[in-house]
Amino acid sequence: MSQESTASLEITSMGVDNRKLGVWVWLGSEAVFFSALIIVYIVMRNNSVSGPFPRGTLNVSLTAINTFILICSSLTMVTALSAIQSGSQRGLWRWLVVTMALGLAFLTGQAIEFTSLAHQGLSLSSNLFGGTFFTLTGFHGAHVLIGVIWIGFVVARALRGGYTQSNHLMVELAGLYWHFVDLVWIIIFTIVYLI
Amino acid sequence: MTTSQGTIAFPQPSPTGIVRWLTTTNHKDIGILYMTTAFFFFLIGGIEALTMRLQLGAPENNLLTAQAYNQVFTMHGTTMIFLFAMPLLVGFGNYLVPLMIGARDMAFPRLNALSYWLLLAGGLVLYSSFALGGAPAAGWFAYAPLTTSQYSPTHGMDFWALGILLAGIGSTVGAINFIVTILNMRAPGMRLLRMPQFVWQMLVTAFLMVFAIPSLTVDAILLFLQRNFGAVFFSATQGGSVLLWQHLFWFFGHPEVYILILPAFGIISEIVPAFSKKPIFGYAALVYAGIAIGFLGFTVWAHHMFAVGMSPLADAVFSLDSMIIAVPTSIKIFNWIATLWGGKLNLKAPLLFAAGFIALFIIGGFSGISLATVPIDFQVEDTFFVVGHFHYVLFGGTVFALFGGFYYWLPKITGRLLSEKLARWHFGLMFVGMNLTYFPMYILGLSGMPRRVFTYSMAQGWGTLNLISTIGAFTIATSVLIFLINFFTSQRKGEKAGNDPWDGQSLEWTVSSPPPAYNFAHIPVVSSRRPFWDQKYPPAGSQPAARVEVEKFSGERLSEGSFWPIIVALGLFIAAFGMIFSFWVVIPGVAVVFYGIIGWFREHF
Repeated sequence: MSQESTASLEITSMGVDNRKLGVWVWLGSEAVFFSALIIVYIVMRNNSVSGPFPRGTLNVSLTAINTFILICSSLTMVTALSAIQSGSQRGLWRWLVVTMALGLAFLTGQAIEFTSLAHQGLSLSSNLFGGTFFTLTGFHGAHVLIGVIWIGFVVARALRGGYTQSNHLMVELAGLYWHFVDLVWIIIFTIVYLI
Repeated sequence: MTTSQGTIAFPQPSPTGIVRWLTTTNHKDIGILYMTTAFFFFLIGGIEALTMRLQLGAPENNLLTAQAYNQVFTMHGTTMIFLFAMPLLVGFGNYLVPLMIGARDMAFPRLNALSYWLLLAGGLVLYSSFALGGAPAAGWFAYAPLTTSQYSPTHGMDFWALGILLAGIGSTVGAINFIVTILNMRAPGMRLLRMPQFVWQMLVTAFLMVFAIPSLTVDAILLFLQRNFGAVFFSATQGGSVLLWQHLFWFFGHPEVYILILPAFGIISEIVPAFSKKPIFGYAALVYAGIAIGFLGFTVWAHHMFAVGMSPLADAVFSLDSMIIAVPTSIKIFNWIATLWGGKLNLKAPLLFAAGFIALFIIGGFSGISLATVPIDFQVEDTFFVVGHFHYVLFGGTVFALFGGFYYWLPKITGRLLSEKLARWHFGLMFVGMNLTYFPMYILGLSGMPRRVFTYSMAQGWGTLNLISTIGAFTIATSVLIFLINFFTSQRKGEKAGNDPWDGQSLEWTVSSPPPAYNFAHIPVVSSRRPFWDQKYPPAGSQPAARVEVEKFSGERLSEGSFWPIIVALGLFIAAFGMIFSFWVVIPGVAVVFYGIIGWFREHF
């Protein structure tokens, strides 16, 4: 992070910063990770021999609100990035804080959902549906949490004026990750809750 | 890389002794750490192999109990795949890739160190199982439900799952580093289709790692959740699938086969032209064949599962698909032979091992094609025929390439030549020992001897062939001993290698042996596929290649090292033990990880 100013001057063979290329490749690996979890869920969700079963158990409207919150957080992330691109440090940290708050709201919503599912007898060990559901959404939630913490570090630096109009790669990288996690959620929401 | 005018500021001397090795971020140091660790695990895995061969050397032998034998073959396979072959190839890559593409280091030096420490942490977690309640005993492929707590009640499989997770994270981080380094850190003029073959194969391998390992990660997570949190993914009585593990495992496991062989192909593609004094035949075909193998490698996983009862259509598709891989592989073999053809052969140890590789890999490849044939597979599945097959490709293939690579590049790494006489003994004994060990396995398999049995009765008549195989295994061990003697004596008495002992073609031979920490005082400008060769022997009518006169070199990528990578790895190591024994220990583990990450980003690097 501290070498940002020098490294961004360096010319790379592909013309893209090393760290940005690295994050893209890493997200490719993450995509395979979530694909595997999603496939496991699709294959197994209807094979449970005892309840609770997906239909009637999942609270689609609560999760729809949660999905809306996460989509909004992607929007605020874009706004934060465009703020620093036009040189506004205040806009940057304010919109990042909003993004964090939305991320935390999503996690709170997920915690409420998990608690209510637990009251209905759904758990990691209750049946195949519970096992695959909590593994998939739990790992996604963990990724959201990591994203919130990451953005927290970016905010801490932004408050010290660590990013400028020409030098804000870390904001962009946190954004890439955040949008990826958001996109994965949209796929999960469609497959788990809507189909 | 910038080419502007400026002064060369060479880096301050690094810390010395143990601190240097714990904190190093230099790609060559990390390469040496990888290679040393991997070779150490090769010796451990080898001792496990010898123990198995002693047990099987005579019928109704009782050197090992069935349970101990299960532990030994599981650890042998896991060690040789995850802790020896992969890290040794990655070690070669770490040392050589930046030198070959004209870079001063990898793209992410500290992540590079983290990859190594995670590998070591994974290996230590796995091996601590021996002292903490018993090693895993269900095979390196760890098939669930055999590995669920019902059938594997000790903590062995938990150690396996967490050790593999740690090493897997390390490999993924390392692979990302390789991809970015190779794509982004090339010297001026080093176009993609001018890169050395080894670099190309490392690039394809890195993509395989990035996209294959997550499947294993998911599998290990599911297993861990089933074993420790009562999940039922693999329990047939609860509607779970007994094939889920196998699909996820082999979706990783088959690309893994190419992760183990493509860099070996790359090593052979470097040695063969250098010792034939010719350019490699069919450069582009070799590159595209490697890419094709990489792609196809993701589509053939279920050929490991013919015998589990898939549909005949699925069997046919996976069978044909597997056979197609023979095409790009044959392209490579023909290109090596065509490179040797008419060359001025310099029959030194590296070329001996490369020639041995080609011969043995062809035998292993042919048995692979026969295994891809469904009816044959039904017949020999789970017999020693399969063991013979994969040892011909992984020992005759990967291990021979690695020793060829040692004889080729160790003079560059240590600055000393190895004894050619001892090298010939090593090669001769290893070649004979390898065939004595593994060829009888084909015959034993065809006559019905199953894998993973700890003994067999006298009446089955398998005693003689097994004894021959055991004698072969000790012949291999002798040859490895000769290699070790050769290595250690060469460090004291070996002839100085000089920059270019083999009249090499690529950039690593332009610098001193061992190379300076910064590799190149002047970043080379590349204008051909054999930059060093063309500089030494300019093609008729060509202009000598231009050089960058002064390179701005701030030394920013060559810091004095960093403690943070080992701290992050230590945190995960502690957390892994917490996952097994007490979740309260996970908390300090995660705290250490956070401490490491915060320090990492605050560090001026």
